[in-house]
Amino acid sequence: MYPSRFRYEAPRSLDEAVALLAGAGDDAKVLAGGQSLIPLMKLRFAAPGLLVDINNIPGLDYHREDADGTLRIGALARHADLERSDILRARQPTMAQASAVIADPIVRNRGTLVGSLCHADPQGDWASVVTALGGQVVARGPGGQRTIPMTDFVLGPFQNALGPAEVAVEAVIPAPRGARSGGYLKLERRVGDFATVGVAVAIETTGEMVTRAGIALTGVGGATINAAQAASALVGKPLTGQTIARAADLAAQEARPRTDHRGSAEYKRHMVRTFVVRILARSQGGDTGERAA
Amino acid sequence: MSQALDEVKIGGLGASRKRVEDERFIRGRGNYTDDITLPGMLHMEILRSPVAHARIRSIDVSRAWEIPGVRLVLTGEMLASRNLAWMPTLSYDTQAVLATDKVRFQGQEVACVIADDPYIAKDACEAIEVDYEQLPVIVNPAQAVAPDAPVIRDDKENQPDNVIFTWEVGDRAGTDRAFEQADVISRLRLHYPRSHPSPIECCGSIADFNRATSKLTVYMTTQAPHIIRAAVAMVAELPEHMIRIVSPDIGGGFGNKVPVYPGYVCSILASILLERPVKWIEDKSGNLISTGFARDMYLDGEMALRRDGKILGVRIHADSDHGAFFSDAQPSKFKIGLLHSTFACYDVPAAHLTARGTYSNKAPGGVAYRCSFRVTEAMFFQERMIQAAATDLGMDQAAFRRMNFVPDDAFPHRTPFGFLLDSGQYAKCLDVGLKAIGYDDFRARQEEARQRGRLLGLGISTMTEPLGAGNSREFDILGIKMFDSAELKVHMTGKAILRTGAKTQGQGHETTWAQIVAHELGIPADDVVVEEGDTDTAPFGMGTYASRSTPVAGAAVAMVSRKIRAKARKLAAHLLEVSEEDVEWELGRFYVRSAPDRGVTIQECALAAYSNMPDGMEPGLENTAYYDPPNLTWPFAVYIVTVEVDPETGVWDVTNMVAVDDCGVRINPMIVEGQIMGGLTEAYAMANMQFITFDAEGNCIGSNYMDYLLPSAWETPGFELHSEVVTPSPHHPIGAKGIGECAAVGGPAAFVNAVLDAISHLGVRNIDMPLLPDRVWEAITYRRDVSGAPPVRSDD
Ligand SMILES: Cc1cc2nc3c(=O)[nH]c(=O)nc-3n(C[C@H](O)[C@H](O)[C@H](O)COP(=O)(O)OP(=O)(O)OC[C@H]3O[C@@H](n4cnc5c(N)ncnc54)[C@H](O)[C@@H]3O)c2cc1C
Repeated sequence: MYPSRFRYEAPRSLDEAVALLAGAGDDAKVLAGGQSLIPLMKLRFAAPGLLVDINNIPGLDYHREDADGTLRIGALARHADLERSDILRARQPTMAQASAVIADPIVRNRGTLVGSLCHADPQGDWASVVTALGGQVVARGPGGQRTIPMTDFVLGPFQNALGPAEVAVEAVIPAPRGARSGGYLKLERRVGDFATVGVAVAIETTGEMVTRAGIALTGVGGATINAAQAASALVGKPLTGQTIARAADLAAQEARPRTDHRGSAEYKRHMVRTFVVRILARSQGGDTGERAA
Repeated sequence: MSQALDEVKIGGLGASRKRVEDERFIRGRGNYTDDITLPGMLHMEILRSPVAHARIRSIDVSRAWEIPGVRLVLTGEMLASRNLAWMPTLSYDTQAVLATDKVRFQGQEVACVIADDPYIAKDACEAIEVDYEQLPVIVNPAQAVAPDAPVIRDDKENQPDNVIFTWEVGDRAGTDRAFEQADVISRLRLHYPRSHPSPIECCGSIADFNRATSKLTVYMTTQAPHIIRAAVAMVAELPEHMIRIVSPDIGGGFGNKVPVYPGYVCSILASILLERPVKWIEDKSGNLISTGFARDMYLDGEMALRRDGKILGVRIHADSDHGAFFSDAQPSKFKIGLLHSTFACYDVPAAHLTARGTYSNKAPGGVAYRCSFRVTEAMFFQERMIQAAATDLGMDQAAFRRMNFVPDDAFPHRTPFGFLLDSGQYAKCLDVGLKAIGYDDFRARQEEARQRGRLLGLGISTMTEPLGAGNSREFDILGIKMFDSAELKVHMTGKAILRTGAKTQGQGHETTWAQIVAHELGIPADDVVVEEGDTDTAPFGMGTYASRSTPVAGAAVAMVSRKIRAKARKLAAHLLEVSEEDVEWELGRFYVRSAPDRGVTIQECALAAYSNMPDGMEPGLENTAYYDPPNLTWPFAVYIVTVEVDPETGVWDVTNMVAVDDCGVRINPMIVEGQIMGGLTEAYAMANMQFITFDAEGNCIGSNYMDYLLPSAWETPGFELHSEVVTPSPHHPIGAKGIGECAAVGGPAAFVNAVLDAISHLGVRNIDMPLLPDRVWEAITYRRDVSGAPPVRSDD
């Protein structure tokens, strides 16, 4: 496991990082937690000429709620920070549940949420969660800062919308307008395994009515799947056995699983349906879903 | 009046003494092969084939040579010019060191680069251009024997097809008669998937050829250093006394580190050519895709049964897939290992077994992964067939087993395949297990749960297995008999050094061998240092695998201690000024029979051996024992698992697991329990998640730890261990039996039987391992068996 030769820089500011990236053309990569990039380099599936390590840049390890309830997650907030977060536990059931089932505790100590979004692995859990929550990614480049909706951020497997000299600085989850519930369920073969199937559901309700819904799927397509039809089937209606079943069926149809050594396509579709039902049934029961199944 | 020694206090038999080796392992002070750095050392990397079956049109190494720091590029052609392109295997076949004509499996060694550092070596491997002409691929026995199958081993004369061997054992006619008389015939077709021993430390070697002394020293990850020395002498045509193999600390072996691998051979050749030390350390993918696999067998089993439950006969056919080279590490006489130990714990009047081994475009190996040569398959098939037969008869799983067990008064018992069982108390063990799991009311709880839509299951696995290969009449590897050895040197202060021909890789020999010495001589275990693995100092032995260390090398330790005691007795008589016949022994001390107060300690005898020996006696207190075991030892085990299956997802959880192991006398109970827990964890892995499979192109699925799953503490269930039943081996000097593998051998069937028990009311008879959730779900949803290897990635 010996990577190709590469240069290594550890800038102290975002501006410096952007300048280093801009100077290297396509040949540079940002290094965040390294939990995806380093294995790829050791296997020589990735061979960047320059690594720009952002870990020494101060002030990026935050996650915080603005006064209006918008949640911001900095580029160096680790999975483990989010797993231990009181904010998430109290008000972000989907994120709280996901944070505990990503990889294993060792990987969670290093890996970052923003890095996971950038990596755009179809089996990455955070992309589904942030998609379901209607989140965005804030990027900084030579031309300044821009905000990219999550639904536009992932272009395909391992492809994101960042330019070569752009650094993702934070992920943003918009403030809820109603009561928030939902959850994240993941089928894995063992702890530390990527999802055979993962389902993120985030809904907001006012009274009995669902006012906003997001459903996104992990591991059942070439990229994170935004199950938009399933989500919109819930909006404007109360959660009932019927609406839940309908959304679950639609989500299963929107999945694009393939048969592989983790399971048959048919089974994965079935699991999408099952997980959507299980998460929504808990929301229906008034459970904000603090515990994963 | 002197106090008799307390055996447990001095760390003798039965003491749960802390492992002495852990001190250095836990502190990060172990000395593994990769920790060794020699002056002027170079680094070797291997270029492996990306495809499973292809003719090599050309290999262009010119760009690799151009990279600064590259010292040598080895190809098959260069090896062929030295007659080293092929090497003999442990099963009388040949194996390519570096490919010449064809590559025959994905991951096969094609070229090696030796360079100043491993990064350069890797760069240079990437610069080698190989032109492959792809050939049709075979990935299972059915394809191997298809009429138009390509011949994989076209390098061999007299090899017109892909069949390596056919083999049979037992009584065909008698078995046929049993089936004619049967009331019920129970049939099952099973697959034991390919798995990999997967030690955390991969294989590696540092070869150091010194031109000035003509001596070759090789530090390497081997479980059997003396066998390797002989093999290197033959392959490299070097005189055996000029070869020193050193096996330093080993990070797990599990059978993976028994064979000779191309990497070892290439590092040795490179060191001879370059006259510098050459280090090769395999990476994880290299280990998983190219080194000794295990299992990979299909079985057709039939049982002839009398209506009341008596087994009349067993008929078995096994198809085993050995990969591209037949390099199973197993006793030469037995082509399919000890598969015929199957059904040993049951009183089966007639049995017949046939086996056929075939080549495929998969990695070679067939190593005894935590088992005595195919015993894992034997016991898995046995216990799956037993459960199916009881179900077919409508009999209780426990009652069916109890009725057919070899009874306590029948030992020594000859099995229909010719093994001789030494001892056991099977029904008693089963009763302990059933009581612990709460068997009496389980069926009622299961029924009640089913009413509420919940699926509970209970699975039993009971088995005895042959451990401690083996007696020299039947067991040899390439003609070398499978005895073992121990050498004990007691110093004048009563401290001692013990060396054996075995090689610890986690079993704790440094701890337990000293305990046997303490038991035999009364020398505190802390006063005995144990050393293994250096062929220049250790007595000749066959190494550690197949649970043979305690039955064979451990017996040699007891025997050499007894030789020392015999000499010490003479010294004691001399010191006490009485005749030898008047001297009595108690732990650690000789005394005068008529005056028990007058005595000398073993330490006083040791001093006398160097300072005050009787006239005519050779000085010193040292000896060596070679032990040829009269028979195998046969531990017995009962594993019972309860599970709950989620009918909606197919996910199953272990709710309880009970293990009752009767392995005779336990030297160090703590280490024995550790071995059992380790084995149960591996058994759970096999049943639940672990396998290596191949797609139609021969791509290996399971070539890294994201796909080849090892269970961690998070998902491994808890185990309740029982040691109430102790049946000493009558022929072992201290009554011990092997234990290292029992749980890995007997465990898998317990898990599988439990899941199938939970869904038996749906008419499902079999799900092949691993019982991944989707396979269980499919069985539940469609009420059908799910057989064969899991499907592999299909590109839509
Ligand atoms: C054993 C193991 C198991 C795992 N299991 C799971 C799992 O179950 N679920 C899961 O979701 N993930 C899993 N992962 C991946 C893990 O979550 C990674 O942490 C995550 O995918 C990437 O985050 P990182 O900070 O480590 O990014 P890095 O590895 O540092 O980078 C990943 C990629 O993103 C780019 N990048 C990172 N940060 C930025 C940034 N701020 N701006 C621009 N580009 C950036 C890098 O250039 C690189 O291309 C696992 C990893 C391992 C090693």
